[in-house]
Amino acid sequence: MILDIIIAAVKVIVIFAMVLTSVPILIWMERKGAAYIQDRRGPNRAAILGVRLGGVIHSLADALKLFTKEEIAAAPVSKPLFYIAPMIAFFIAVVTVAVVPFAAPLKLFGYEFTLQVADLNVGLIYVFAMSSIGVYGLLIAGWAACGKYSLLGALRSAAQMISYEVALGLSVVALFLLSGSLKLQDIVMDQGAMVWHWNFIRQPLAFVLFLTALFAETNRLPFDLPEGESEIVAGYHTEYSSMRFALFFMGEYTHLIVGSLIIATLFFGGWQFPFVGAAVMKENINQIIILGWPAGAFFMLIFGWWLASKFRRRYRDLRDYEPLVFGVPAMLFAILLLMAWAGLMSRGLLGDIPQWAGDVAIFLIQLATVLAKAIFFCAFFIWVRWTLPRFRYDQLMNLGWKVMIPLGVANVAITSAVMAFQ
Amino acid sequence: METVLFYFLAAITVVSALLVITRANPISSALMLVVCFLATAGIFAMLGAMFIAVIQVLLYAGAIMVLFIFVIMLIQTDAGDLKRRAITFGKILGAVAAVYLAIILGIAAWRPPFIEAPQAGEAFLLPATMGSQLLTTYILPFEILSVLLLIAIVGAVVLAKKKI
Amino acid sequence: MIITVHHYLMLSIILFVIGAIGVVTRRNALIIFMSIELMLNAVNIAFLAFARWNLLIEGKMIVLFVLAVAAAEAAVGLGIIISIYRNRQTVYVDEMRLLKG
Repeated sequence: MILDIIIAAVKVIVIFAMVLTSVPILIWMERKGAAYIQDRRGPNRAAILGVRLGGVIHSLADALKLFTKEEIAAAPVSKPLFYIAPMIAFFIAVVTVAVVPFAAPLKLFGYEFTLQVADLNVGLIYVFAMSSIGVYGLLIAGWAACGKYSLLGALRSAAQMISYEVALGLSVVALFLLSGSLKLQDIVMDQGAMVWHWNFIRQPLAFVLFLTALFAETNRLPFDLPEGESEIVAGYHTEYSSMRFALFFMGEYTHLIVGSLIIATLFFGGWQFPFVGAAVMKENINQIIILGWPAGAFFMLIFGWWLASKFRRRYRDLRDYEPLVFGVPAMLFAILLLMAWAGLMSRGLLGDIPQWAGDVAIFLIQLATVLAKAIFFCAFFIWVRWTLPRFRYDQLMNLGWKVMIPLGVANVAITSAVMAFQ
Repeated sequence: METVLFYFLAAITVVSALLVITRANPISSALMLVVCFLATAGIFAMLGAMFIAVIQVLLYAGAIMVLFIFVIMLIQTDAGDLKRRAITFGKILGAVAAVYLAIILGIAAWRPPFIEAPQAGEAFLLPATMGSQLLTTYILPFEILSVLLLIAIVGAVVLAKKKI
Repeated sequence: MIITVHHYLMLSIILFVIGAIGVVTRRNALIIFMSIELMLNAVNIAFLAFARWNLLIEGKMIVLFVLAVAAAEAAVGLGIIISIYRNRQTVYVDEMRLLKG
């Protein structure tokens, strides 16, 4: 009993820390991605000890700036509401990640870890319930800030989010008709390892609808109206400064990451490695480690070599050494891994890996798979944001109610008809 | 463990319900009602009705109360009206009658045997059972419910439309 | 002591009566409406408690229907309140006394 509580607490802390530390990386990706799409370089000036790290330090600089800025509260309608609104927005975005499965159940030392904070038997509807409450963060923020831009942004945002929640829910009804269960772990396992069995092939319409509705739920362009940015200054977070704005900001990016994880889990097979199923992986884990270890180290070596080859004496100061700062350690680490592999192979230790090492290796591969898929979807979100123009409000409402809901219902009807006549 | 959780959730529910009916500002009442619904969802989850708990959060706390808050924001009462609350004799009589009702119901309900919850099998806790019952035994109420929701949608749009 | 069905029933009774006091006491039509939702919630708790202790699925089905009907009722009721506000410019129920003799 105590062990259960400790393990659950550790899982919560680890997953929360993982989501929280990926927010600055996502911010960096967004700014660099935006820049390269717009044919410029993006942030590359902030530096620590002369090393610029390609702009990642800008996120740290942003965090420091937001911490130390003055908190302005311009005579709000009600102080408790003003304080609580950003907390709700951030809290709900983070809490949704509790049901995402990161790997298959791991059996270690006689105990079975489930790699999900909570395996609810209504896991999917829990995600939608949390998005419903997320509306309150924005609504209360706009109301409590007592300004016309804020109220306008809040009402628009709430109307948009509740319209697209219906489309979000409808588009996955067919999905759990196919999987027969609401648990996310069951949906992932039902998808199997073959790519043509994943849900984006079996339910393409549901995939498109869910993706579009998720854009609307996270208030990303092209459904960006609540945040305006050229129409209503900043919408519902106009009046928020410093740490509260930071909470909204982090909440939005966390919602993005969690949304990408959910799409990867529901439609792209979650932690399943494409074409290599869990059973196949378990049997051949020896070969996989024997071949994969030097392959990965070799790729890291090539990457480090390429980075180091970009070294040019252009500025004649510390900025020149930046490719070397990454390239040389990557090459050295890769050579170290190759030597370790060679050493273990010559001793014959890699031929017979203990059970627990094989299981941990499989867990790491599955974790890397689901994270790679989530990062791909985050990049997709960023790509679409800087490509498409913004919807007008009536076009948005039209799309949500008159196009996506009928398509969702048609999807359920077609899926159930096909399932009934099989 | 379960005792502590029950008393905690029950305390939140009762306190927020009391705050709902005593706040002057309608938005504060609405937000207290949202807290009450979230705590009630916790109580539903303790009673083994996990599906109903998340549906309560999704529907009641997430959609109906958002609708309430929209309407309250559109119907803005100015601050002068908020102070004009009169404690009339009728209200005191009503409150006393309600408390009397509570006492009578409480005395009627507190009867032995005091047994704890029986072991609930998997079939009781899964949403699949509810789904299958909904489509076999309760199919008529289900269909009537969908017609009712359609009527409610059309009716709400017609009622709230401005006369052109 | 262990939690029995009576504890949940007491909670349900307290919530129901608080809702009833809200309906009787307040003047704002919106808060009366919210108290009605509170009463519906209390009844849901009672249904689910009985369903759990007798292991009947019927309690959960009724709760599902009550939830859906409450949603429909909230939508239509708020539409009515908005219409009344447009015509009378007030939402206080003691100011709507045109039919009073």
